[in-house]
Amino acid sequence: MMTLETIVRELALEVRTAPGKLGREVTGGYASDLLSCVMAKAQPGNLWVTLQSHPNIVAVASLLNLAGIVVTEGATPDSATLSKAEEEGIPILTTPLTTYTVVGRLFALGIPGVER
Amino acid sequence: MRELSLHILDALQNSLEAGADRIELVIEEDPIADRLHITIRDNGRGMSTEQLARAFDPFYTTRKTRHVGLGLPLFKAAAQRCNGDVTLASQEGKGTTLEATFQYSHIDRAPLGDMTRTLLAFLLGGKCDLSYRHRVGEREFSFDTAEIRAALGGLPFSHPEVRRWLEAFIAEGEKALIVNR
Repeated sequence: MMTLETIVRELALEVRTAPGKLGREVTGGYASDLLSCVMAKAQPGNLWVTLQSHPNIVAVASLLNLAGIVVTEGATPDSATLSKAEEEGIPILTTPLTTYTVVGRLFALGIPGVER
Repeated sequence: MRELSLHILDALQNSLEAGADRIELVIEEDPIADRLHITIRDNGRGMSTEQLARAFDPFYTTRKTRHVGLGLPLFKAAAQRCNGDVTLASQEGKGTTLEATFQYSHIDRAPLGDMTRTLLAFLLGGKCDLSYRHRVGEREFSFDTAEIRAALGGLPFSHPEVRRWLEAFIAEGEKALIVNR
């Protein structure tokens, strides 16, 4: 298992919220921009990769107890998203990389996907 | 969600939870005006101004089992992604009306989905009456379960033969909206 902190360092992600929560072990990864799919599939402790930056992503991550959210392609979460994520203790990590590349790098680090 | 019918079913469920015993569902697909319009009007207990103000806040829910409610926030986000919106109007003691609009041809607009299955799931789930109207261009399919129930003379929708008839009736009505266009 790998901590969020290691992943942040390896992928040079920018930590936008909840820096105190980076010590958490990441159980796996999931990528989708359809929030209903994330709700159906992602597992507790997963790192979620998406280009959505709407406040709804924080609600989904909080509901599922996800380890954090990687927001890709340079999308900038608005202030409502960031303040809610801070309040809920959900790390939002941003990157200019595409979802495909982020997932590829996570896989190379040994972070497994959700298969069920 | 992958299909708009899932948002519709979720909204119908909200109306039931608000104690509605009659719901009007109108789906208007207008490819020429490039609009898809969904109206859901119920006679439930309605919402206070405060509840209404927070209805699209994912961290607000009337449910006690968890602290987030994503049904309406996801519906609204889906519509806004497609140059549309979801709005609510409500009066306490009178009911609530939900209006959803989408740009019909928007590339991110989910398909309407399987309305036969959606309506059947709703109708078999309880005693709430539904007035349904689905328009695609010039064609229209509509029914009112109050009239159907009256014709059935007390047989429930869950009766195997009634259920089979209902499913075929809705499936044919929906199919006639789209074939040979």
